[in-house]
Amino acid sequence: MVRALMVLLLFQLAGTIIQEAMGLPIPGAVLGLVMLLAYLIWRGGPAPHLRNTAQGLLKNLGLLFVPAGVGVVTQLQVLRQNLLAIAVAIPVSTLLGLLVTGVLMNWFTTRAGGRADA
Amino acid sequence: MHSLLAPPFLHVWVYLQTQPLLGLSATLVVWEIACLVDRRAGHAALSNPTVLSIIALAILLLATHTSYTAYFNGAVYIQFLLGPATVALAVPMYANWPAIKQNFLAIMVSITAGSVVAAGSAMLIAHALGAPRVVVISLGPKSVTTPIAMGISQNLGGQPSLTAVFVMITAMIGSLAMSLVFRLGRVRDWRARGLAAGMAAHGLGTSRMLVLNQTAGAFGGLAIGLNGIVTSVMLPLLVNVLGL
Repeated sequence: MVRALMVLLLFQLAGTIIQEAMGLPIPGAVLGLVMLLAYLIWRGGPAPHLRNTAQGLLKNLGLLFVPAGVGVVTQLQVLRQNLLAIAVAIPVSTLLGLLVTGVLMNWFTTRAGGRADA
Repeated sequence: MHSLLAPPFLHVWVYLQTQPLLGLSATLVVWEIACLVDRRAGHAALSNPTVLSIIALAILLLATHTSYTAYFNGAVYIQFLLGPATVALAVPMYANWPAIKQNFLAIMVSITAGSVVAAGSAMLIAHALGAPRVVVISLGPKSVTTPIAMGISQNLGGQPSLTAVFVMITAMIGSLAMSLVFRLGRVRDWRARGLAAGMAAHGLGTSRMLVLNQTAGAFGGLAIGLNGIVTSVMLPLLVNVLGL
C-alpha cells in the first residue's frame, strides 16, 4: 500500500512540476492521471498493489470531497446574492450537456450499426 | 459556545481549536454516520453520504461558532488525498481501454461537445443574470468530478469551495433528470446513456447507471475521467473566447 501511494504521489508530483514549469492551466494531478494511464498501457496493466490501493481510494472518494464542501459556510453570502443566476444556470446547462453528449454518441453508435439497446 | 463552558472545559475547547485532531475526527465520525443513514435509506439519490456529511458539518460549525479555518486545520489531511485519488482514476480508465480504443473518435467528439455546451451555457447564463466573475468561473467546471473541478477552478481564478458545491448540485440534478432527457432525446443506446451520465453528472450519475446496465456504468466511469481531461484543456480557451 505504501509503495502504491508512493507511485500515485510521484505521478502527481511529476504532473505538478510540469504544470508549474510550463505554466499550464491543467491541474498537475490530471497530468499525473494521463501519464499513469500511458504508463499502464505501455506496461500492460497495473500491479496488484496499485490496483488495490487505487480501488480503495476511489471507493471512499465521497469522503475526500467533504472538507472542501464544508467550505460552503464561507460562501453562504455569495450563494444568497447570486441565487437566481445559480438556480437557472445549473439546471439548464446540465440538461443541455446531457442531451448533447447523449444524442451525439447515440447517433455515432447507431450509425456504426451495433446498437446496444437491450 | 464559550459562554456555556466552565473554565476547565473552556481551556480544552480553546486548545482543541488550534489542533488538527478535532476537525479530522469530526469529519470521520460524521461520514460514518452518513454512510449508515445512506445504507438504511437503500442508497437513494437524496441520501448521498457526501451531501449529508457536508450539511451536518456545516451546521455543526455554524452552531458552535467554529471558524472554517480551525476546522480545516484537521480536514486538510483528508483533502490532500484528492490529488492521489485523481491520479488513481487512471486504473479504472485502463480497465476500459479496449472500449475506449474501439470508439475513440465518437467518444471524444461527444464528450467535447457536451463539455463545451454544459460549461459555456452555465457561464453565459450566470454572466447574463449579473453574477460576478468569481461565481461565473466557479460554475465552469461543475460537470467535472470534484477533485479535478476544484483544481481547474483554482487555476482560472474561481473559488474551489464554491465549485465543490456547484458540482454536488449538478450531480443531483443530472441524476434525477437523466431518464427524462434520454426519453425526450431518444437516446436508446446504453453506451450513449452511460457516457452522457458520466459527462454531465459524473460519479452520482454513473453509480445510478451501474444499477441499470453494466455497459452504461463502464462508459460512465470512462466519461468521468475523459471529461476531466477535456474540460481542463477546453475551459481556459472557452473563458478566453467568451470574454469572461
